[in-house]
Amino acid sequence: MMGRSSKVIERDEVVVRFSGDSGDGMQLTGTLFSNTSAVFGNDISTFPDYPAEIRAPQGTIGGVSGFQVHFGHTEVYTPGDYADVLVAMNPAALRANSKWVKPGGTIVMDVDSFDDKHLQKAGYQTNDPITEDKLGDYHIVKAPITTLTKESLKDMGLDNKSILRSKNMYALGLVYWLFDRPLAHTSEFIKKKFAKNPLVVEANLKVLKEGYDYGVIIQAVTPSYHINPASIKKGKYRNLNGNIAVAWGLIAAAQKANLELFLGSYPITPATEILQELSARKDLGVKVFQAEDEIAGICTAIGASFAGDLAVTSTSGPGLALKGEAIGLAVIAELPLVIVNVQRGGPSTGLPTKTEQSDLMQALHGRNGESPCVVMAASSPINCFEYAFYAAKIAVEHMTPVILLTDGFLANGTQSWRIPDLADYPEIVAKRVPEEQKENWMPYVRDPESLVRSWAPVGTPGLMHRIGGLEKDEETGGVSYDAENHQKMVNYRRDKIKNIENCIPEQDILGDVDSQVLVIGWGGTFGHLFTAVEELQNEGKGVALAHFNYINPMPKNTHDVLKRYKKILVCELNMGQFANHLRMNFPDILYRQYNKVQGLPFTVLELKEQFKKLLED
Amino acid sequence: MSEQCELKFSDYKSDLSVRWCPGCGDHAILNSVQKAMANLKVKPHDVAVISGIGCSSRFPYYMNTYGFHTIHGRAAAVASGVKVANPDLHVWEITGDGDALAIGGNHFIHLIRRNIDINVILFNNQIYGLTKGQYSPTSKRGFISKTSPFGTVEDPFRPGELALGARGQFFARTVDKELKLSVEVMEEAAKHKGTSIVEVLQNCVIYNDRTHEAITDKKHKLDRTIILKHGEKMIFGTNGDKGLVMDGMDIKAVTIGQDGYTMDDILVHDAQTQHVSMHRKLANMDYPELPVALGVIRSAEGLSYDESVKKQVEDVQEKTSIHTFEELVNSGDVWEVK
Ligand SMILES: Cc1ncc(C[n+]2csc(CCOP(=O)(O)OP(=O)(O)O)c2C)c(N)n1
Ligand code: SF4
Repeated sequence: MMGRSSKVIERDEVVVRFSGDSGDGMQLTGTLFSNTSAVFGNDISTFPDYPAEIRAPQGTIGGVSGFQVHFGHTEVYTPGDYADVLVAMNPAALRANSKWVKPGGTIVMDVDSFDDKHLQKAGYQTNDPITEDKLGDYHIVKAPITTLTKESLKDMGLDNKSILRSKNMYALGLVYWLFDRPLAHTSEFIKKKFAKNPLVVEANLKVLKEGYDYGVIIQAVTPSYHINPASIKKGKYRNLNGNIAVAWGLIAAAQKANLELFLGSYPITPATEILQELSARKDLGVKVFQAEDEIAGICTAIGASFAGDLAVTSTSGPGLALKGEAIGLAVIAELPLVIVNVQRGGPSTGLPTKTEQSDLMQALHGRNGESPCVVMAASSPINCFEYAFYAAKIAVEHMTPVILLTDGFLANGTQSWRIPDLADYPEIVAKRVPEEQKENWMPYVRDPESLVRSWAPVGTPGLMHRIGGLEKDEETGGVSYDAENHQKMVNYRRDKIKNIENCIPEQDILGDVDSQVLVIGWGGTFGHLFTAVEELQNEGKGVALAHFNYINPMPKNTHDVLKRYKKILVCELNMGQFANHLRMNFPDILYRQYNKVQGLPFTVLELKEQFKKLLED
Repeated sequence: MSEQCELKFSDYKSDLSVRWCPGCGDHAILNSVQKAMANLKVKPHDVAVISGIGCSSRFPYYMNTYGFHTIHGRAAAVASGVKVANPDLHVWEITGDGDALAIGGNHFIHLIRRNIDINVILFNNQIYGLTKGQYSPTSKRGFISKTSPFGTVEDPFRPGELALGARGQFFARTVDKELKLSVEVMEEAAKHKGTSIVEVLQNCVIYNDRTHEAITDKKHKLDRTIILKHGEKMIFGTNGDKGLVMDGMDIKAVTIGQDGYTMDDILVHDAQTQHVSMHRKLANMDYPELPVALGVIRSAEGLSYDESVKKQVEDVQEKTSIHTFEELVNSGDVWEVK
């Protein structure tokens, strides 16, 4: 790499946002950039932001597709609130994103697309978007990306469309210069991806390099950034998003449980990728049934569970609503089942591509009758792997449906994931009928402590039995309308779930444990809450954080934790569902709330403000 | 799975006392299924009987097999899951006309379209029995019930037509009290690879008594129904002198020896042809214009879902470079931090 003469900004961490029209390839560009940063040794967290429409009108704000990556020399837990560098491939991208750039940040724009027509489409009144958006104090890099790409490729014999499609690689090359990153990783990717089309490989490599060289030429006027690698644990790494992490966690669980994995599901944003990934896993023998609707999705899974598979169904809010009746069936039948619900903005179809935490009450209570089941939530893209694994373990070992909540933010966000060794994970032991009990086995006889019944899959000789949705006799499982038996069964089903608190970790407290102020979160907001707590602590203002992954049952020490603090603030991306869950369970405590339902994650900045207010109160 | 072993009719009976109304057609259907299973010699532990909700759906409790009484309309989906999870099992679905064709209509057609190897016994009493007498999707137009006190203003589904429209490869019809025919048809259904639909004309003595009586009563049944047998002439009637012929695009019932019709004109039943148009005509025959068809109307071979999945898994596993979880997580873009 060439020496630098421009100003070099030393940073612990940096946020870059790539944005352009849906057809500009920004998702790929962002992914390649983040992979390069990860390979370089930075900790990363990414988040894509794309329109719900597949092909929104070109050049409009509605059609802008973005990809944000946060990478650092220290650990990063969120994709970052505000970008240090924005790449805007057209005026709409600038308009949609300029408010997300840090004051004084760098904006790279493809000036060729800033013509009157496109400015107008993006809603600019004048032909000076910089003034209009008040970006005078920013470093603006006006690069003629389209012209230079065309010029570079004009003699290669490529058609115009393919030439224009290479623009993103030019932009990427330029960004690599900004961060002094090698091109090798991306070059390898291009060679592999387009192996069948050598001309396309050549073209992409050429503009990638020329984009980089353009940076060298303009360096006098543009600052560049220097971020050292992070000191992260040794091992093999890869990038992983929450949906793939869920799929893989389930595969790992099936292997540990020595069971076959079955998924019954119906496509729905943002959960579809779980169905897609597991559909591709026929190589590992995963059975996937794309059902005619969500009801059939869960019902096939219940059938598969009856037949002895590790059974799963995956969905998002509207689909969970459809599955309610069948979840009740799994509750009363006492069969293992994992229900993954990737939350999105609601109600109804709501905001399909946006994130929210508003299905909590539905997960806890969205069924008829006294119908308790386990509810847990993952809190980072990569820990979706762990929680999917543990959801399966609890389902199988406690003969119960388990609802695992993730959300759009976790599902699509990525982090670098240290590839685990499955040997480090616990065994999952299905509760089979002991040999000596086979003679007079009754399907609803329970383990006296855990209250778990045993699982005799269809096909097991000698253990034929009938189950169903009608209330059962407490031992034989035969239909029973007996009043006292019903009360007993309701109690058993409740206590069985409650007992699971003995098998889950106690709630930890992070941050300044001795503070007077406790911040509470659950699920996908962990990264933002934790970063806000850390940053405040660095500023000498300590608050404690209790972030929940187990929601029903909650960790055994929850009440003890809550009692220790003077002020409690429950932060969630809904109108207060977890706060109400806490109120119901621990009514002696006063809970304040900070809620947001805009389809967006929290920003660290807003959280810090809230926490500060509470400290000062 | 179904190797030779001595199994009796009673080996399939559970010890629970049967609770349908005395005289309900369901009793006879239970006997037919148990007899068919004994004849097929399937081991009770390899059998799963899955039902929805309705009077008929209590069925699994009376079988000494694995059984699951699920939720209204969803038996087809639960049964699909059982079969896909373990294709070696013998899976039977028990459902009513409301269960299968109203609330479960979507699952019914998709099960058939996928051709999963499940035997569906559809109890058609043209009424909602368990909820005490409301009209169902198979009740005839004008039918008076608690929810149609002035008669329905809807046309019914014809289950056979629906099944064939959903690309069904096996459709048969029988009558609850015709034990011999029912057992035969159930056995054929079980042997057929793919989804088999058996419509049983079932009498609900309480809420829709004698609804099928016009065609099923002893005195008239030979003239008003026809039992179809693959490869045999379509002959019926008390004296065996009536038959079916083609008249243009339509089927017509004639008397042999009258109007110039001879035995040679009578149609021969081909249940196995892929062509569905004749099967559709036969399934739709209705009294009084034509005799109602009983027996196996269609039994065509097709690739079952189970076989296709098995083959695909074998193909993928032969070609893949990913055989274990470790290989999966290490595939693609992986780097090492030393
Ligand atoms: C979700 C739901 N809706 C409605 C019902 C009430 N229900 C129970 S059985 C039934 C109809 C049963 O009719 P059919 O399937 O023809 O069976 P039959 O009782 O006649 O055998 C209805 C409407 C229910 N159990 N569940
Ligand atoms: S109500 Fe009708 S269908 Fe139900 S058990 Fe009685 S007779 Fe049979």
